[in-house]
Amino acid sequence: MPREKMQILVCGGTSCTGSQGDAIIENLKLELEANALENDIRVVSTGCFGLCSMGPIVKIMPGDIIYTKVTADDAREIISEHIMKGRKVERLLYKDPSTKKTAATEKELIPQKKQIRIVLRNCGIIDPENIDDAIAHDGYEALARVLTTMKPQDVVKIIKDSGLRGRGGGGFPTGLKWEIASKNKADEKYVVCNADEGDPGAFMDRSVLEGDPHAVLEAMVICGYAIEAHHGLIYIRAEYPLAVARLKTAIKQAREYGLLGNDIMGTGFNFDIDIRYGAGAFVCGEETALIHSMEGLRGEPTVKPPFPAESGFRGKPTNVNNVETFACISPIILKGAEWFASIGSEKSKGTKVFALAGKINNVGLIEVPMGITLREVIFEIGGGIRKGKKFKAAQTGGPSGGCLTEKHLDTPIDFDNLTAAGSMMGSGGLIVMDEDDCMVSVAKFFLDFTVEESCGKCAPCRIGNKRLHELLEHITKGKGTLADLERLKNMSNVIKDTSLCGLGQSSPNPVLSTLVNFRDEYEAHVIAKKCPAGQCKDLMEYFIIAANCVGCTACARVCPVGAISGERKEPHVINPAICIKCGACMEKCKFDAIIIQ
Amino acid sequence: MKKIKSPEELKKIKAEARERIYGKEKLRVRVHMGTSGLASGAKEIYDFIKSELEKRNIDADIIGTGDMGYSFAEPTIEVTRPGSDAVVFGNVDKIKADEIIEKFIKCGEYVDGILPVNYKSIY
Repeated sequence: MPREKMQILVCGGTSCTGSQGDAIIENLKLELEANALENDIRVVSTGCFGLCSMGPIVKIMPGDIIYTKVTADDAREIISEHIMKGRKVERLLYKDPSTKKTAATEKELIPQKKQIRIVLRNCGIIDPENIDDAIAHDGYEALARVLTTMKPQDVVKIIKDSGLRGRGGGGFPTGLKWEIASKNKADEKYVVCNADEGDPGAFMDRSVLEGDPHAVLEAMVICGYAIEAHHGLIYIRAEYPLAVARLKTAIKQAREYGLLGNDIMGTGFNFDIDIRYGAGAFVCGEETALIHSMEGLRGEPTVKPPFPAESGFRGKPTNVNNVETFACISPIILKGAEWFASIGSEKSKGTKVFALAGKINNVGLIEVPMGITLREVIFEIGGGIRKGKKFKAAQTGGPSGGCLTEKHLDTPIDFDNLTAAGSMMGSGGLIVMDEDDCMVSVAKFFLDFTVEESCGKCAPCRIGNKRLHELLEHITKGKGTLADLERLKNMSNVIKDTSLCGLGQSSPNPVLSTLVNFRDEYEAHVIAKKCPAGQCKDLMEYFIIAANCVGCTACARVCPVGAISGERKEPHVINPAICIKCGACMEKCKFDAIIIQ
Repeated sequence: MKKIKSPEELKKIKAEARERIYGKEKLRVRVHMGTSGLASGAKEIYDFIKSELEKRNIDADIIGTGDMGYSFAEPTIEVTRPGSDAVVFGNVDKIKADEIIEKFIKCGEYVDGILPVNYKSIY
């Protein structure tokens, strides 16, 4: 294979192209042509380099040289100096504002990148069906260290010192949870991995289990050693067939290597893991409901205390942690509590994986340090809002969380700040909404979900959420009144205060948070009977602007119910009594004559 | 598989596995095959690359992995030419895969669709 040719990479991420990335590419190509180099040197547009704050970025290969804050006018100098003469353009290199040191290569700039992969460290790198691949990437090394050099209380201490908090939603300190479970003496104890990922739009646990199942298995054994348990159970929904298959393979291979089972690595410690399947009920993500479901009972929550750490699976002390929490354990053991605690914000340490979904350009998983702002997540890493629309809100915490708005864009994201903003961290789903989304409908969507998922055991959740949903339905149909908004608020608070488990205690959050942040939109629905976002069908009316209509009859021909009438070459009219608001006419009209009122 | 009886034996397996994966100067292709990747056709791309490289007499390790999280650009593949850094390509269909083989794998020429490393790794 021939040696690498000289090539120019230009960042095509949204924030770089927004600041003239296309013009840079054009000028680079023109300059190459002017010097008759267009056949020798390629200019390639790439995805985001993750260096948005110093963009637009241009990278020259080979050599890995990164130029920052490049303008279209800089193209000439890059070609004439770097490409033709092999001299770096010093003024375009990144200078650290505090140390004044120059960083020329991409490797030197890595510390400037916003994402850190701890949980996702091996996803996309290792073959999940080959345990040797995992071992090659530090798999089971933390376990070896724990079993041979640490006492159980040392393990608990290092996890406590790291400041790791549960990634499943509540943010309870993991070390403390392990300590409580370790102090409860019993003849049998259990370690449970909660892989019942149920939030709409969230898929970080699935990706970890599919990409790096050994990370979870290893951490469960470590946890077992720390709390003196010998049985592990993974509760996973049957809707994740690939994750289940890869977990099964991983467990089989770990057993064959003696990394699960009796006398692990010759240390005398025994621990084995089994899989339990869930039927995909949202409430089973709640730990008491999850345990009942594993016992073969109905997946209904019970009152805490007793906490699972005292009396959990089969009445024995049980430690339940989420997939992402477990995936943090091995790096903490290997790199130390201080290392982990140095990442993140004051009270939320480490990183968090978010699943970006909705009206955002780069849909997918990201892993960022706690304390990053919503603006950085959405507009830099996420690539901004689709089709250049305006950002309206981001829902965190799924159906149990709330929405963050423009005023929260610069709030550091961590457990406590999100709670203070009326939302919650949840498991890490982040659904982005733009100007076309109606917030009343958004609240109704999440309520739809919780009404379906309520287990029905306690009345506030079973009946209350249904009533809330009916009220929202009323409002989106234009039948609501101002008093309904008060009713929504009061009922929400009663449901929160009186429900048995986390599902009911948090299900009204989307309603409350949209009521606070988008009160004007609710009022427009109940007073003016209008939906500002144009989403609520019952509140809109299609209307033809006579001045724009040329009478081409295209709309009348496409209308499925014959609601449009008019003579050829004369302005047409829509009969609102017949119109079903399907929008077909508006799509067909070439003259922008049809509008929504 | 033989049981691992001590941490030293684990170290030995680790060294052997690293040698197998990174030891030799060989072309390496990783196809990201989690649910998102597979749903966008990653398995087809895996099979295509495997058979095409064989047909074109290019020796390579082809590895199926989980997803990297770039759902917006699935299927994604990572290509490491001997002695060079890994390069990830997004939105890979058969036409793109063919272009990657002909231009990048054979000649080291970049093609559109590169997803640069936008994160810090802990290794």
